[in-house]
Amino acid sequence: MFSKKFANYFILRILLACNFEFFFEISMPIPTPFHLRTSVLCKSHEWRNWSGYLAAIKYGPTHDHEYYAIRNSAGLIDVNSLFKYEITGPDAALLVDRIITRDVSKCKVGQVLYTSWCDEAGKMIDDGTVQRLQENHFRITAADPSLRWFQDCGLGMAVNIENVSEKLCALALQGPNSRNILKEIFTGADLDSLKFFWLADGEIDGFPVTISRTGYTGDLGYELWVAPENALKLWDALMETGRGHGITAAGLDALDMVRIEAGLLLIEVDYISSMKALIEARKSSPFEAGLGWSVKLANKDFVGRKALLAEKEKGSRWNLVGLEVKWQDIERLFDAVDLPPLVAGTASRLAVPVYKKGKQIGQATSSTFSPLLKKYIALATLKTEYAEPGTKVNFEITVEFVRKQAEATVVQTPFFNPERKRSCPKSE
Amino acid sequence: MSYNYDAIIIGAGHNGLVTAAFLAKAGKKVLVLERRQCLGGAAATEEFFPGFKFNTGAHDAGLLLPEIVSKLDLQKYGLEFIDSQVEACALQPDGTPLTLWRDVKKSQEEIAHFSKTDAVKFPQFCQHLEQLTKVLAGVRTSTPPPVKDLNFRDLLPWIKSGLQLKRLGKQDMMAFLKVLPMPAIQFLDEWFESDALKGAIGASGVTGSMQGPMASGTTFMMLYHAIGSSCGFRASKFVRGGMGQLSMALAKAAKQHGAEIKTGVEVKQIVVNEYQAQSVVLANGDELSAQAIISNADPRRTFFDLVGAPNLGPQFNRMVKNIRFRGTTAKMNFALSGLPKFKGVANPGSQLSGHIIICPSLEYLERAYDDAKYGTFSKQPSLDIVLPSVLDSMFAPEGQHVMSVTMQYAPYRLKSGDWDEQKEKLAEVIIKTISKYAPNFRKLILHQHLLTPLDFERDYGLTEGSIFHGQMGLDQLLLMRPVPGWGRYRTPVENLYLCGAGTHPGGGVTGAPGYNAAREVLKDLK
Repeated sequence: MFSKKFANYFILRILLACNFEFFFEISMPIPTPFHLRTSVLCKSHEWRNWSGYLAAIKYGPTHDHEYYAIRNSAGLIDVNSLFKYEITGPDAALLVDRIITRDVSKCKVGQVLYTSWCDEAGKMIDDGTVQRLQENHFRITAADPSLRWFQDCGLGMAVNIENVSEKLCALALQGPNSRNILKEIFTGADLDSLKFFWLADGEIDGFPVTISRTGYTGDLGYELWVAPENALKLWDALMETGRGHGITAAGLDALDMVRIEAGLLLIEVDYISSMKALIEARKSSPFEAGLGWSVKLANKDFVGRKALLAEKEKGSRWNLVGLEVKWQDIERLFDAVDLPPLVAGTASRLAVPVYKKGKQIGQATSSTFSPLLKKYIALATLKTEYAEPGTKVNFEITVEFVRKQAEATVVQTPFFNPERKRSCPKSE
Repeated sequence: MSYNYDAIIIGAGHNGLVTAAFLAKAGKKVLVLERRQCLGGAAATEEFFPGFKFNTGAHDAGLLLPEIVSKLDLQKYGLEFIDSQVEACALQPDGTPLTLWRDVKKSQEEIAHFSKTDAVKFPQFCQHLEQLTKVLAGVRTSTPPPVKDLNFRDLLPWIKSGLQLKRLGKQDMMAFLKVLPMPAIQFLDEWFESDALKGAIGASGVTGSMQGPMASGTTFMMLYHAIGSSCGFRASKFVRGGMGQLSMALAKAAKQHGAEIKTGVEVKQIVVNEYQAQSVVLANGDELSAQAIISNADPRRTFFDLVGAPNLGPQFNRMVKNIRFRGTTAKMNFALSGLPKFKGVANPGSQLSGHIIICPSLEYLERAYDDAKYGTFSKQPSLDIVLPSVLDSMFAPEGQHVMSVTMQYAPYRLKSGDWDEQKEKLAEVIIKTISKYAPNFRKLILHQHLLTPLDFERDYGLTEGSIFHGQMGLDQLLLMRPVPGWGRYRTPVENLYLCGAGTHPGGGVTGAPGYNAAREVLKDLK
């Protein structure tokens, strides 16, 4: 006991001595290729280190404007910090199939899959998208550096795995007006028929751009992929054309709110990568992270399948669900101390306990007030027996320094799921 | 599901044959498949020059587990050991060689010519070595404990070794723990002053390793090679008729118990279905199934070539990929028209009947390693020479001889050129080195045959030419052999086992991996 304490103290001293660099990348973030534009717009001067790049938290004094732009007109988000890998070669499809939990054979050329990938124990390492550019040419986006893992998975296969993170820039144009903006400048494909999670190659002002109908907002939106030398040209073209469509540069605060509304997970917040988890208990399987739908156990083998088969048979201990916190309860709790409901205007990434009959049954990892839905919503990991939609649970809320509980209902995600997200004008 | 066999063993190296014999003895239906025409793997005797027989790989069976000989009754199947009175004759550049005898007193007399103090200490050293190696001997036949789910039963065999260690007494126990990771040079420096003696004894500390005697862990290797020896030198025993006779005796014992052994049959693939090994596919396309598939091939060959990396987890594959193989040994065999005249050897009949060692000092050995470190073979190599025909007339026609030379260091990875192109040059260096000590040597050569690490890899299936199926560094032993967490002969693929030198306790003609693997397989087969 004593020695364990001593060891922990010793480790802590070391970590303090090196500013916790082992755990967090404390390096100076560098500007993205869009920085010449974003830095001029970022009046708040609030930046966050996102995977080593400077990312604007909000451009104006508050993020509200940017949030509403994403939902009502169009938001332009610098998502260059994503890690990007390209896999080519005769065994490329084989390798991607081995890495991800979804079935690559169901992904046609030009299509995109959202998926997670796991370690041998079936615990999630990361989640991202897989673009099938050609029969044997894939592009994977990831939140964490993944080259070593992909190489390990590809041992003995005829593949080439390249980290293209710095060879390819990414911008997200999200919101109901995004298609109309792009239609004005993008040539090479008919955007009216480009379906949700498909991509198209084309040109904007004469330089090549790949457009995928994907995003982190759960709305109509696109992600645009260009070479670094065309990054600023792309930004300018979009801002110029978007002016008449209410385009606004949007930062991470706005993005965080819309992704919770869309029920999309954030790594290191809603689940912890098995590569970084310090203890076993912090790891999650895709079943536990609410991604059971993306695990294809039949007809293919992938890393972690054996463990996931066993978990499927035994049942998962945890389940990720949506929570809607009863607003009347929040009002009542604040009213008791003569305060109006004080809830933060931004998303919270602070995990709070969720109770049932006084016992903790899990935790809410992301929560936000949704201005659009007029609801306080959260993503929570709960014990499976409490994860059934409709279950009433209690959500911890701190009122005037005192921990209280408000009633919350388990609901299916996404909280916000507009028809425009998937709809195609041409095919209807 | 009905299987063709209870167990299929891939590879008829000596370990594969040991496993086969013990499984067959336990009543299992066993099939052994060997790619080459000849049994024994690297413990074989082949005739590639008419009238002369050669130990192509190993030339000494001193490390063979005695329990294998007795339990399988190998003597009944033609195994006969020859103990030479001379253990080693360490040649010296200035003439008089140092001869070490099985009789410690006689060795003392010889050592006295080099150092009187060393001669006095020698019997004590032999005793010390014997005590330390006794602990290792027990460890050899115990299955390493599991990393996860450790239970008392798995620890039982280790309690015995623990007690043995404790029985050494406080001082020797400390000495044991201290010397295992020690460089051989330091261990021997603590005992002796004579370079000749230290060179002769210490050379075994680097066998099969890409390491010099100044590297950590070489004392362990020295002790490993001395298990069962009581005369200060590595354990040494010759087999009448050559090492092949040992493999033949094992094969006969296995067949007697009902095992089938097929040579010239290459396994192309181990078929894995839903994480279970089910069958093997042969080069001719036939598929044979068994409840247990046991591979005598080294771990990398087994997992990457036979199973296929995509059938295994990436974390496991990374460990297999990172096993240090790094073969450093070349083997040269000569057919000679007569006995070479070594300088200073007065009594060739006895002095040349054991190992003839060219390693005049550990400094010499370290310098030989320096060449290898920078990607070339040693210009002044360390040689371990055996003339089996001195004691055994079965090897060569009357009056003629065969010479078996184990050369170190010949690194698998060369800085420039490849082994096919360097082979001639290496042969010349070996001949020149021997000629320095035996000037008439070159004239006696009727035929020569050299195996480089590349030949070991191509012809014998030893990855990177590593004669031990992976270097026996301290980090690649016990429960970390072949890779951490898989030291119990089982693999991530159910029903697939390893029984070769890549598993605990490691390389050399011990039969121990095969013996232990058979025991573990039988536990699972029931």
